[in-house]
Amino acid sequence: MIEKKQVQHIATLARLKLTDEEVLVYQKDLSEVLDYFDILQSVNTENIEPMIHSIVQENVAREDIGVQDEPEITVAIMKLAPFVTDGFLKVKTILSFK
Amino acid sequence: MDIQNLTIEKIQEGLLAKEFSALELTENALKNIEEKEKDIHAFLNLTATLARNSAKETDGRIARGENLLPLSGVPCSLKDAILVKGAPCTAGSRILENYIAPYDATVVKKMSEAGAIIIGKTNMDEFGMGASTENSSFGPTRNPHDLRRVPGGSSGGSAASVAAGEVTLSLGEDTGGSIRQPASFCGVVGLKPTYGAVSRAGIIALASSLDQVGPFAKTTRDAEILFNVIAGKDPLDSTSIDHTYNLQPTTYNLEGLRIGVPKEYFAKGLDPQVKEVVENAILKFQSAGATIVDIELPNTKYALAAYYIINTSEASANLARYDGVRYGMHKEADNLLSEYLATRGEGLGAEVKRRIMLGTYALSEGYYDAYYVKAQKVRSLLKQDFDSAFLKVDVIMGPTSPVLPFEFGAKTHSPMEMYLVDTYTVPVNLVGLPAISLPAGTANNLPVGLHVIAPAFQEHLLFSVGEMLEHL
Repeated sequence: MIEKKQVQHIATLARLKLTDEEVLVYQKDLSEVLDYFDILQSVNTENIEPMIHSIVQENVAREDIGVQDEPEITVAIMKLAPFVTDGFLKVKTILSFK
Repeated sequence: MDIQNLTIEKIQEGLLAKEFSALELTENALKNIEEKEKDIHAFLNLTATLARNSAKETDGRIARGENLLPLSGVPCSLKDAILVKGAPCTAGSRILENYIAPYDATVVKKMSEAGAIIIGKTNMDEFGMGASTENSSFGPTRNPHDLRRVPGGSSGGSAASVAAGEVTLSLGEDTGGSIRQPASFCGVVGLKPTYGAVSRAGIIALASSLDQVGPFAKTTRDAEILFNVIAGKDPLDSTSIDHTYNLQPTTYNLEGLRIGVPKEYFAKGLDPQVKEVVENAILKFQSAGATIVDIELPNTKYALAAYYIINTSEASANLARYDGVRYGMHKEADNLLSEYLATRGEGLGAEVKRRIMLGTYALSEGYYDAYYVKAQKVRSLLKQDFDSAFLKVDVIMGPTSPVLPFEFGAKTHSPMEMYLVDTYTVPVNLVGLPAISLPAGTANNLPVGLHVIAPAFQEHLLFSVGEMLEHL
């Protein structure tokens, strides 16, 4: 059974606020699923390469040129932001200097 | 005029014969939807203005004697994870309740250019997480065959909108079965294309190495027409593949077809009623001249665990962007961290939080090798299984779902209960192969789907099998 402390730690890492009740519920749920995942420990994967993608692809690159052929998309995008000042997104302090 | 059962072909015949106009067809569809939605709730939002404009364009073409486009006059719906410019796009989540898409997904651009009439956005499990559409933040969708039962998920609204005759076509998205399983539950055709065949640009991502967009339709031919419109390499999606499909209509004379039947897909856990319908469907192919070959896919039993590790890991990364800073729900608090915690804590549903936490755990230091890397290695083993099998057979068949469409609440007692429903559908997402669910019959008047898998980029084989089944 995963510990409550661990559940709380994961929730913080994932930026999720949980109530005390929720911590207990998720503790049970996560433990159940993690127990199921244990079935993989019995598979022999020696000398097996991890498969990251189902297609064989090389890195796809493009020219580093900014293109703006539809300025109304920028307007539409900025309209979605909760706080905008002078065309910039406004957020709470990220760095504080004490 | 009964538009409920018109195929693309019949719609376009009717338009050219001037039996009805595209605008009349559209108004009829909108009225029909208004009536049916009280029971079904397949739609979250309608795009009536967009639909009427497309209809008028089509009527203009007809008046000028111009050729019709592949989807001219055809009413379509789209899963609400697919961006349609100017329309809300929620992914079934409260955290995107107020989000209006600023641009079209590539597949939407392609459908519009092909003349499609886009009627609205359909209901889904929140962020694609679920197999019943019960995890939608906006209420469930009901199965048109039995309103006490789920339509499947996560593309439940899409499947139901086609099955109920509200639209002719729908686009869904499939990460572990989210097109095929609702297609099975609603008695319609649903295809998950080869990974990379269809662009994911403008699709709200769940698990980037697994997601694919695909068609729902009543007939195989209609699904194929929609697939041909949306497939193709897209510079905006670096995982899309440059593969030229033969766009000629598929012929379906398949004598000598070698059908692989894996014993792992007919083992414990499969409802005997589902088993019977699926076995009978496979026997029909045999009677028509196909060869049944017993095969083994020995790593099948590890697929579900590998899938849920990879799904949750990739989801935890993809959903990190929902933080209330640039769009979506925003909860005010004293500092930035508190705002993140509050916005995501309140805006995201229980299953979403569960999966984000599982993924965060699986990727965290000390656990990354045991879970994520291990799962990726199991993925390689599954690929070996399929590569070996396809040396001996042309297609692989089995049930799409181990259970019949279940009643609301039947599988929400524990997370694993719902996850187990995906047993037969997840392997192909892990390996990137195309697979289709075809209506194979009913048990207790409930639809049962036949699941057919083909090698990569062999969608035409799946369409051929589908057409064949329709004529057997």
